[in-house]
Amino acid sequence: MRQILLVAVPLVGAIVAAFWRGDRTRPWLLPVVGAAHLALSFWLLVQPPVVAREAWMGFDAVARAVLPAVSLLFFACSMYAVTYLRLRSERSNRVFVAVLLAVLGLLSAGHQARHLGVLWIATEAVTLAAVPLLHFNGTPRAFEATWKYLLVGGTGIALSLLGSFCLGYASMHGGGSGDLTFVALSAQGAALSRPWVLIAWVLLLAGYGTKMGLAPMHTWKPDAYGEAPGIVGAILAGGVTTVAFTALLRVRAVVGAAGAGAIADRTLLAIGLFSMVVAALFLLGTRNYKRMLAYSSVEHMGILSIGASLGPAGVFAALFHVWSNGLTKGALFLSSANIRRAANSASIDEVRGMAVLTPRSAMIFVAGLFAVTASPPFGPFFSELLVLRAALGTGHYVAVVIFLACLLFAFFGLSRVVFAVVDGRPRPATVASARRFVETAGAVAPPALLLGLSLWLGLFTPDVLRESWTAAAAQLFPTP
Amino acid sequence: MRDLNLLIGLAMGLNLVALGSSRLPSIIRATALQGVLLGIMPLLLEHDIGWQVVAVAVATAIGKGVVIPGLLQRAMRAAHIEREIEPFIGFVPSLLLGAGGTIAALAVARSLPLLPEHAKSLLVPGALASMLTGFVLLIGRVKAISQVCGYLIFENGIYLFGLLLIGSTPLLVEAGVLLDLTVGIFVIGIIVDRIQRAFDSLDTRKLTVLRE
Repeated sequence: MRQILLVAVPLVGAIVAAFWRGDRTRPWLLPVVGAAHLALSFWLLVQPPVVAREAWMGFDAVARAVLPAVSLLFFACSMYAVTYLRLRSERSNRVFVAVLLAVLGLLSAGHQARHLGVLWIATEAVTLAAVPLLHFNGTPRAFEATWKYLLVGGTGIALSLLGSFCLGYASMHGGGSGDLTFVALSAQGAALSRPWVLIAWVLLLAGYGTKMGLAPMHTWKPDAYGEAPGIVGAILAGGVTTVAFTALLRVRAVVGAAGAGAIADRTLLAIGLFSMVVAALFLLGTRNYKRMLAYSSVEHMGILSIGASLGPAGVFAALFHVWSNGLTKGALFLSSANIRRAANSASIDEVRGMAVLTPRSAMIFVAGLFAVTASPPFGPFFSELLVLRAALGTGHYVAVVIFLACLLFAFFGLSRVVFAVVDGRPRPATVASARRFVETAGAVAPPALLLGLSLWLGLFTPDVLRESWTAAAAQLFPTP
Repeated sequence: MRDLNLLIGLAMGLNLVALGSSRLPSIIRATALQGVLLGIMPLLLEHDIGWQVVAVAVATAIGKGVVIPGLLQRAMRAAHIEREIEPFIGFVPSLLLGAGGTIAALAVARSLPLLPEHAKSLLVPGALASMLTGFVLLIGRVKAISQVCGYLIFENGIYLFGLLLIGSTPLLVEAGVLLDLTVGIFVIGIIVDRIQRAFDSLDTRKLTVLRE
């Protein structure tokens, strides 16, 4: 019952928002629903429900290990949204608020999907729902970004549907009854037709990998994150990509049960490393601090993919990284949104000296830089350390070297951009536009909260979280 | 099975029509006709036709054959664009790619391990050929409407493949697919509309502001 509420409450909230009259009061629905969702998901985290084996949806160990992180991120973003939408009072926020709530509901459904078809429908729905969020700004550049997002994302989602069909056919070929829950597919195990499983894996990796933003299917990401409002970027980077990642984890478990786990792991490792390399190279070149966040996201999706390829210990580390990356990235997106608002440009050719103009946001931005590049004692340091340890434990020494080199270059690239924005003396035009932006508590507290959470996650990782990640890894790698 | 293969063969022929024509109305018409053909197929495939199969058939035929082409035609009229000029991949090369792809699809499908009841059907080669056609249109054309048609034909290919499973999987999957597809194209249609207002042409080559 409680797990259905995770989906139903935001969806009902979305309907209410669509009919709510006051433009000034409507944004408050976001934190209200966000808080309810947060309370529910943490209640479920502490007291997990019993999920029926054949259930199509449920708050199982995998959902339990990641969904509260999405909920936490959404709550911080929803508080920020109230301030943000007040600043954007020149346009109606009806669609924005309703769609944002719908996205939360669909994300909850996607994380809890235990059935191939349900998972696909939820992911597809999230993809489409994000469209109005992306072109909220209504500029030609936002349209361009949305068009590319739709074409690339639409092709990706089509490929994942094809992959789902192939997996279904693999089951049918092996005498399956047409039950497409992950439990039933895993139970079929070696009876699944191996060629079809492999075809399905390639297609699903390409499809859900596009949603995650793994290179070379990441091309929509810089455009979308560059043009969308900061909160949308934060929720896409911390929530939507997470659904795709859990989808890959669940599919990987089926492929493992079919006896092709080694091949799946090798492809995950390769695509993860490739994503890190591509991201590091682009980070060294980009001159736009919002696009920089997109490439950083590509890098971290690579880390997740590498973690997923390294067995139970790696999956544990990857789930930890979902939390630490999502929260840290949220802090970066929201603080950069403040800077973008104040400076009226996202290019480092035009923006500098923001430490003077928006001191608090700049401080969070710099601290976020150190957090996301894995400086202790923030969360990402510990999660990436665990990924490294898992890689060393399984003897992937070359991968470790590439991993570390990419982290180093990513640090160069990120710090180059961040300090260009923060340091120096601001240009007169920036000073003039920054006068219209006041760093209110509503604009600074949410990113500060997210950064604080990232720190807290690093310093005192709660036992209940560790236990949930262990349980999820155990569900994905069942011991016979 | 013979009737079904005939329809699939027709659909594969329509792929080539879409690849070879430069006029947008004929591409849209080819796509629409293919949609209607796809709608009829589940009726031929199932021996005991339940209401669910009929629902899938009707929804597919109406969605792919009427609603979406109608939207596309409206977008086309609004933008006063009738022709695809200077595509990235020319019409003759596209046709050659399509024809070669169709032959390759037949060969590849033969090497795939299929269940005995599917071995003689053209579903898998038809699916592969349509996906290839869609892909060529998607990357080879510059007008947004042709690209949307390409995406539709790509989806049609996936639908053809899905027909292999229509007997065994719950129809929920099929229905969800249909709904999402329609919504997806609908959204793309809106976007096309917006693009046209923002750029006054449906030329996706002009979408090049965002780059490194």
